[in-house]
Amino acid sequence: MLELKDVSVVVTEDNKKLQILKDINLQLDKKKIYVMTGPNGGGKSSIAKTIMGIYQPAAGKILLDGEDITHKSITERAQLGIGYAFQQPPRFKGIRVRELLEIASGQELDAENCDILYDVGLCTKDYLDREINASFSGGELKRIEIATLLARKLKVAVFDEPEAGIDLWSFQQLTETFQQIHEKYETTLLIISHQERILRLAHEVIVIDQGRVSEITSRDKFLADLEKMDLDCRCRDDCIKGEPVNAECDR
Amino acid sequence: MLNAIDKKLLQEIADLHSIPPGAYNLRKNGQAVDRKNTANIEIVSKTDKPGIDIFIKPGTKKESVHIPVILSQGMEDLVYNTFEIGENADVLIVAGCGIHNAGSEKAQHDGVHEFFVRKGAKVKYVEKHYGQGEGTGGRILNPKTIIEVEEDGVVELEMVQIRGVDRTKRDTIVRLHKNAHLIVTERLLTDLEQSAESIITVELLGEGAAAQIVSRSVAKDNSKQVFHLNLLGYAKCRGHIQCDSIIMDNAKVSSIPEISAFHSDAELIHEAAIGRIASEQLLKLMTLGLTEEEAEEAILQGFLR
Repeated sequence: MLELKDVSVVVTEDNKKLQILKDINLQLDKKKIYVMTGPNGGGKSSIAKTIMGIYQPAAGKILLDGEDITHKSITERAQLGIGYAFQQPPRFKGIRVRELLEIASGQELDAENCDILYDVGLCTKDYLDREINASFSGGELKRIEIATLLARKLKVAVFDEPEAGIDLWSFQQLTETFQQIHEKYETTLLIISHQERILRLAHEVIVIDQGRVSEITSRDKFLADLEKMDLDCRCRDDCIKGEPVNAECDR
Repeated sequence: MLNAIDKKLLQEIADLHSIPPGAYNLRKNGQAVDRKNTANIEIVSKTDKPGIDIFIKPGTKKESVHIPVILSQGMEDLVYNTFEIGENADVLIVAGCGIHNAGSEKAQHDGVHEFFVRKGAKVKYVEKHYGQGEGTGGRILNPKTIIEVEEDGVVELEMVQIRGVDRTKRDTIVRLHKNAHLIVTERLLTDLEQSAESIITVELLGEGAAAQIVSRSVAKDNSKQVFHLNLLGYAKCRGHIQCDSIIMDNAKVSSIPEISAFHSDAELIHEAAIGRIASEQLLKLMTLGLTEEEAEEAILQGFLR
């Protein structure tokens, strides 16, 4: 179980201190899938980075199975079983898919690990010995990124918008893979997403807005609320009920 | 005859554990100490100056020549080697110099290698530099390589120097005739107070000539690197230079591109980049459980492969 207790994060930008997370309280249980959603810039990725240790909290505590990991480094947290799939994973000139997966799993690839690429919709034979360089498309990179987490036996796996760049066919496979992971390794899954099909996997939906947890709700309640909205409307946050229509819409 | 230090040097520069298969010439501390010819490959000492002539018969296939040089004491060594590679031959040539300098005098090896690659011949030339030893004497290597590639010839150059050499100036000149192809892979890592300069000049003289140069380097500590890669197109030809450097600590790297076309159908491209290791790369590997130092090492190792 992963717990965030009154966590606040402050970053320095242009010599100004900016509080990007305020009093975050979350309790994420084993074998459960949480989907974190909310407006862009609301703090979802910041929470993910704080869990991984990329951001250090200015206040509050982070506990993994009761152990205080607030001041542990990225490396230490990784070794304790926390994983984070980047929203925009980097390319590595010269490092091959096989080597990255071996670094991830901490051992040489065996037959089971070969299935990992299959699980993210890539042909093992074609990809294992390819360099993760500029020849990789954004979608391919995202899949390799997800594979680096599948290669590990994690207590907590955080995926930052995993669906970006994934086509429809493998989207289905991806959702199945997510469903399998937490059952196999009792992993706590925290997925940042706006996709309804990912939201449908959730046991609980966490809504993050303006650096705070604005709502934690069940999947069914969240989806019921969602159906009432015009999801394709990107200007709905600017619309005020009862006011004249003056929000700009790009449709 | 070979002691433990010699064997270590040989392993580093030629991946050899003992005496190589095929033809070879081993030079140690300025003297030829061992040599073997084969039916197709003949090695002859020059009579007018130090060095050897290597004759590879036309049509020789899948044979190799090893010509390692080792220096295990402070001295200045200068050799002239000439390679005559017969028509349609297909061979691997492994050169390289290993220096173990435990003393305070400088150990310097300057080599002039001249290649004549005849029609349709294919050569892979691997040159590795390696230096070790606790001595304060400098370890210096200055190779000059001149390669003439005739019609339909293919030359693959692999030039590697990872640590250990205090000063190096590498000068490579390649002349490509009709449909001749060149592929150069350069890998360089300097650290401490080392300096390295690499000059590669390729003249694309004949129609259909093509050259591809991929240079990757890492400069650490207070080391200095200069790359001067130059393509000259005199015919309908293609040339591509990719020069990529990772800079760290207080190192200095200069990458000087030069492409010149003397024909309207010449297509020449130069790409050069210098930068530090992307922090995202380090972060990603750390989130997989590596320490920052291990992550850095993994990135550099891949980059210099």
